[in-house]
Amino acid sequence: MNSTEAADALVATFENSIISTVNFRNEISIEIKLEQSFEILSYCKEKLNFDYLADITAVDNLGNDLRYEVVYQIYSYQHGCHLRIKTGVSEADREAFSVVDLWPTANWHEREAYDMLGVTFKGHPDMRRILMWEGYPYFPLRKDFPLAGKASEMPDVAFSEPVPLDGGPFVTSPCSASTDKREPRSREIIS
Amino acid sequence: MVSTFKLQTYPMAKNTAPVAYDSKIEGNVTFTKLDAAINWMRSNSLWPMPMGLACCGIELMATGASRFDISRFGMEVMRFSPRQSDVMIVAGTVTYKMALAVKRIYDQMAEPKWVIAMGACASSGGMYRSYAVLQGIDQLLPVDVYISGCPPRPEALLEGLMKLQKKIETEQSFVEQKKALLSEIK
Repeated sequence: MNSTEAADALVATFENSIISTVNFRNEISIEIKLEQSFEILSYCKEKLNFDYLADITAVDNLGNDLRYEVVYQIYSYQHGCHLRIKTGVSEADREAFSVVDLWPTANWHEREAYDMLGVTFKGHPDMRRILMWEGYPYFPLRKDFPLAGKASEMPDVAFSEPVPLDGGPFVTSPCSASTDKREPRSREIIS
Repeated sequence: MVSTFKLQTYPMAKNTAPVAYDSKIEGNVTFTKLDAAINWMRSNSLWPMPMGLACCGIELMATGASRFDISRFGMEVMRFSPRQSDVMIVAGTVTYKMALAVKRIYDQMAEPKWVIAMGACASSGGMYRSYAVLQGIDQLLPVDVYISGCPPRPEALLEGLMKLQKKIETEQSFVEQKKALLSEIK
């Protein structure tokens, strides 16, 4: 079995729960509905032998109806193939389903996704922050969080302050201009 | 048990002041200023507190190992207890999550104490213009020596420590204490 066959098997079994299947350079991404996500991932694990969860991450698509997107990267050691499964989460709910029961490694991946973007995972045994400290009031990888950070204060635990971005941020722009235009040493912040 | 050790006594000339020149003890007694003696002792047995937080910590370890051999300069006694340390070497990126822990360890060190900011991150935040990183440990601790580099070579750290030794040799702690005492008495 390869990725394409696995995707076909999923589409055949969960026809109504699968929104789209994209094949980009032989990487297959399957977008599924949130409600059936645990069921589908469970099927991947138990029936299709995707025994290894490489990563869970989340994406902030600010402005979309389903603002957040939780992405599962799974791999089968038995078949030697990858699969990417995505599911949208709305701003109002901000809750996906935990897959710790399927892959115990999901524990820390889900905590990281929660820490950085504020998406919680229903059924997670220990839904705490993992990188930032308990009590930090923001979710720093959200698109509406400034690159410089925000000030916060937790007495005797930690504090944070916005950093000086003199002339920054140092980002590249995809265009056909010369390198010094695409990647300037400094650029004024457009806010 | 009574010691049978017999002290060798020197024949003392009569009417000699106790601290006058005496050719018999020449070479055994050195006259100096108290500050100079204290500074000499302090600067030649600096016990570092290795605060390795990132890749600079690896260079710090290399400095302690055989090729660079920090013990040539009397600073090899790395203490992992702040109570026994003189100089904290902050080696690496100080995140906000770690910042108050670093300060707490510094507070636990006994006076007199010094701080070295090793590398770009500890000095200024380095390349991490980020929501998560303290922009230089000097925002929390009084830094004596900054060492540039990302990470600095072990030679640079040794140079920094020798700069600190030079700095300690110029300190006037006894003179300052005396001034403070006099102003208290007044």
